[in-house]
Amino acid sequence: MKEMKFYGTALPGIEVEPYSGKLIVIEGTDGVGRSTHVGLLRTWLESAGYAVLDTGMTRSILAGRGIKNARAGHTLGRLTMQLYYATDFADRLENQMLPALRAGFIVLTDRYIYSAIARAVVRGADPEWIRAIYGIALVPDAVFYLRIRSAEELAGRVLASGRGFDYWESGMDLGLENDYYDSFIAYQKLLLKKFDRMSGEYGFEVIDASRPVRRVASRLRRSISRLIGDEPIAGPSHTPEVKTEAAARAASGAANVAMESRTDGLKKVKAA
Amino acid sequence: MISYGHHRYPGRLFVVEGTDGSGKSTQLSLLYQWLKSEGYSVFFSEWNSSPLVKDTTKRAKRRRLFTPTTFSLLHATDFADRTERDIVPPLKAGAIVLADRYIYTAFARDVARGCDRTWVRETYKFAVKPTAAFYFRAPLDVAIDRIASARPQLKFYEAGMDMDWADDEDESFKIFQGKILNEYDHMVNEFGLTVIDGTQPIRTQQRQMREIVSRYLKEKLKEKAVLAK
Repeated sequence: MKEMKFYGTALPGIEVEPYSGKLIVIEGTDGVGRSTHVGLLRTWLESAGYAVLDTGMTRSILAGRGIKNARAGHTLGRLTMQLYYATDFADRLENQMLPALRAGFIVLTDRYIYSAIARAVVRGADPEWIRAIYGIALVPDAVFYLRIRSAEELAGRVLASGRGFDYWESGMDLGLENDYYDSFIAYQKLLLKKFDRMSGEYGFEVIDASRPVRRVASRLRRSISRLIGDEPIAGPSHTPEVKTEAAARAASGAANVAMESRTDGLKKVKAA
Repeated sequence: MISYGHHRYPGRLFVVEGTDGSGKSTQLSLLYQWLKSEGYSVFFSEWNSSPLVKDTTKRAKRRRLFTPTTFSLLHATDFADRTERDIVPPLKAGAIVLADRYIYTAFARDVARGCDRTWVRETYKFAVKPTAAFYFRAPLDVAIDRIASARPQLKFYEAGMDMDWADDEDESFKIFQGKILNEYDHMVNEFGLTVIDGTQPIRTQQRQMREIVSRYLKEKLKEKAVLAK
């Protein structure tokens, strides 16, 4: 059991009480493979007997749809966008994350307040303002920052995934450059800088996401095993790693993000 | 940094505040007619009017999805959209903007619902400071009588039924409005609100309002409006 600790003022109307779950954040810029790793971790944890809730931006019942519609129209003003995301976050915090943590779930969240802060600040918002709003956030048990070496590498990944460049992920609203590619590079560079700066401030565990998916995954597992440590059922480390990962990848439908060949990966797992 | 605070725009921003039934909307529309007839270019901005947020708010009210925090944040989102679309551009263009309810409504309601005073004020830090903010003060019983006669049925959030203060809607509404009134009274000094006694005859209130507004008007604003036409 752990006491609830908030960055600022706790939410009104909630009981600040010890919780038995774990709040684990996977952070990183667009295209680093966050959702792939959330998918892998989920299967791994569940097969070890842990109940898992995964969540991520714009997945709230309250504001998710509204944000998606507003994004589609490219009509979101900068302030409006930040507050819409904060609404989405608060709804998920109160109605998904906190209840799950109280019930002893491991909550895996694909991005948390750090992405929201980085995006807002890059768009000219007052850092104090956006941090004060997100003062309602629970301090997580661990934050893993999947760090990529360069914006160019990210661009390669986005293309390899087959999604192509998105208007907002490319920061087109900022008017930094004339086309999606140049804008993506310029925008992601700014974000990477902000993340690096937040890394010490918020105590991120930095993971080199330029390494193969398997290496990143095993690093995450090691750290999370340590975090949840003492009460294994089947013991997370005994789970047959390769099988689980293949299953997870199929389940999460994110196979395309893994850029190494299967055999290559097998060798690496054995070597590790 | 995006934080408007004291604006240096050529336009003017006048806002009205007060509890439901205080008569503020009536006064604002009378002011609007007057300014129009005087030849100013006037923009009207209402609480809860962002097209980007409207559907989300409606659905959340219907399905009762709000907590005090999300209620506060979604209204702030709506207000941000209003600021970016309806308030800052006309002010830059030298127009007069009239706002029916402003940040003080959020401060009163959200704090009455239990949100932290400082947090709510921080959230709205981006707002443009009004040229003048009128607070129409009406005693609780007067306001409640006016609403009861105008509306047969109170809505869930309007009555503060989400807070479990009372089982009965009318009772809950009274408690809620009492808390709101209390917050408004605190804000008079904090933000220098201009208090108008909402129990006076309508024309008396309007005269007071026009007298104050006219102090901030310049012939220049008119010329600009004429040129724009």
